[in-house]
Amino acid sequence: MLDIVNATKIFAKGTPNEHKALDRLSLSLKEGEFVTILGSNGAGKSTLFNAICGNFLLDEGGVFLDGRYISHLPEYKRASVIGRLFQDPMRGTAPNLTIEENLALAYSKNTRGRFRFAISGKDRELFREELSRFDMGLEDRMTTRIGLLSGGQRQVVTLLMSTIVTPRLLLLDEHTAALDPATADKVMAITNDIVSSRNLTTLMITHNIGQALNTGSRTIMMDEGNIIFDFDAEARAHMTVSELMDMYSEKKKAAFDTDRMLFS
Amino acid sequence: MTLLIGSLQLGFLYSIMVMGIYISFRILNIPDLTTEGSFTFGLAFSTIITVGGHPLLALAASALAGAAAGVVTGLLQTKLDIHPVLAGILTMSGLYSINLFVMGGASNVTLLNSVTVFGMLQDLFPGMSKDAGKLVISIAAALLVLLILVLFFKTSLGLSIRATGDNADMVRASSINVDAVKMTALALSNACIGLSGGLIAQYQSFADINSGVGILVVGLASVIIGETFLRKRTVTVGFISAIVGSIVYRYIIAIATKSNFFPAYMLKLVSAVIVAIALAVPAIRISYGEWRLKRRGLSQSKGGGKDA
Repeated sequence: MLDIVNATKIFAKGTPNEHKALDRLSLSLKEGEFVTILGSNGAGKSTLFNAICGNFLLDEGGVFLDGRYISHLPEYKRASVIGRLFQDPMRGTAPNLTIEENLALAYSKNTRGRFRFAISGKDRELFREELSRFDMGLEDRMTTRIGLLSGGQRQVVTLLMSTIVTPRLLLLDEHTAALDPATADKVMAITNDIVSSRNLTTLMITHNIGQALNTGSRTIMMDEGNIIFDFDAEARAHMTVSELMDMYSEKKKAAFDTDRMLFS
Repeated sequence: MTLLIGSLQLGFLYSIMVMGIYISFRILNIPDLTTEGSFTFGLAFSTIITVGGHPLLALAASALAGAAAGVVTGLLQTKLDIHPVLAGILTMSGLYSINLFVMGGASNVTLLNSVTVFGMLQDLFPGMSKDAGKLVISIAAALLVLLILVLFFKTSLGLSIRATGDNADMVRASSINVDAVKMTALALSNACIGLSGGLIAQYQSFADINSGVGILVVGLASVIIGETFLRKRTVTVGFISAIVGSIVYRYIIAIATKSNFFPAYMLKLVSAVIVAIALAVPAIRISYGEWRLKRRGLSQSKGGGKDA
């Protein structure tokens, strides 16, 4: 359902700082697939998400969602079918608006009327019900400003905001990395619950290799703007963290050796 | 007595402009300098159409003129990516020429021989005193705009405007066109400002090309004064505080000029100082707190040094 074909993005092209963030990357996702993405800093993981969401235009290649070419659509139009969470819990919510106002704004994807009242009694009921499922007491604080919530609570609200109108694609960019371990586990459990109950097609970036192998149905590893490993559920099942690490350093060493040969 | 009622009338008429500034300054978080031009733009349109014999149409035109000015600033800000303050300055400067053009090249136009909305009410109710009539129209106009704005900011679009001033990324993620939202907000804000200018023109029965000079500072001062009376909580309270602030501002000025506390030409300086002080309060509060903490920390560590 998501097809990325030959995506290439070069930053600062034609300058000494030229950097190939994506290098002819191709990736295909099936309906309902939950893919975890590993890779060191600068491997191009977030750039890949930016390319899918439309923060910039690709230099080459294209992105297709449900067979539709979306590479030239502006960011806000793609957002109607793509939900995205960032590592920073502050990014996804408006701090001076209340919980219910934030949710209402996300929910307005569904109801196109710009001049209808923002929050109806029915909407409020729905928000309350959805929030109560998280068991964090947020349903009783619907008129609290989001800025007063903790990072974990804000991330949970953001998660609900990006899924309250079921997206075609959910992108999680290390969304538990800024949270304490207990909260991170809780947010991850909620994420798994939402993804599986709605059968969402999901991409998740993580630096936790164990989590990457245990979550979802497929794991890819990125390096220097391309995918270096792609493990399906079966290949992953027998993989341990140390095996994966070995494979990674093996690959890096091979690359390093060719570099050394080139420069010597 | 006339001074008291006059200030009340002006307070309500200018409060429409203050509500417009509240939208750009407090809700959208942009100090919008278009104000200086759009106020006079509304004033000029209102004057010319009133001279033509259509005082009510004149008010509608002044609101539309203001909205158009807001859209231009919005386009400069969003599509051409010009800094918000600079975009406002550009529109304001350009409007100076356009305003002179609207007023037929004259820097002064009188309405003394034309029928204004205030005159129309006088004709409808001949028994009403002139001042009472002016007050009724001022209050009615301010309350009508207040009602429209309060209702508007309860809609989905109103909510998107508030969220845009808070976290534009999040609005974009909700699949809303942020550029369009910003332009709508600036159009609405400047429509209020233009309408206020249009009413003032008919109220004072003349238009002057320099009526808008310093109006932004007047508006900001009123917003800030209003917020000291009503704690800013919701948007509705914010708009009400804008009206309160506008009236209080007019009374401060009335008292100041009446008491010969300072000459009339000092008004703009006084307004600027009020705004500067009010905007500085948070920073002063923080540095005062830090100063106290440091002093306490110093004395405590001195004590600790003695013990050890």
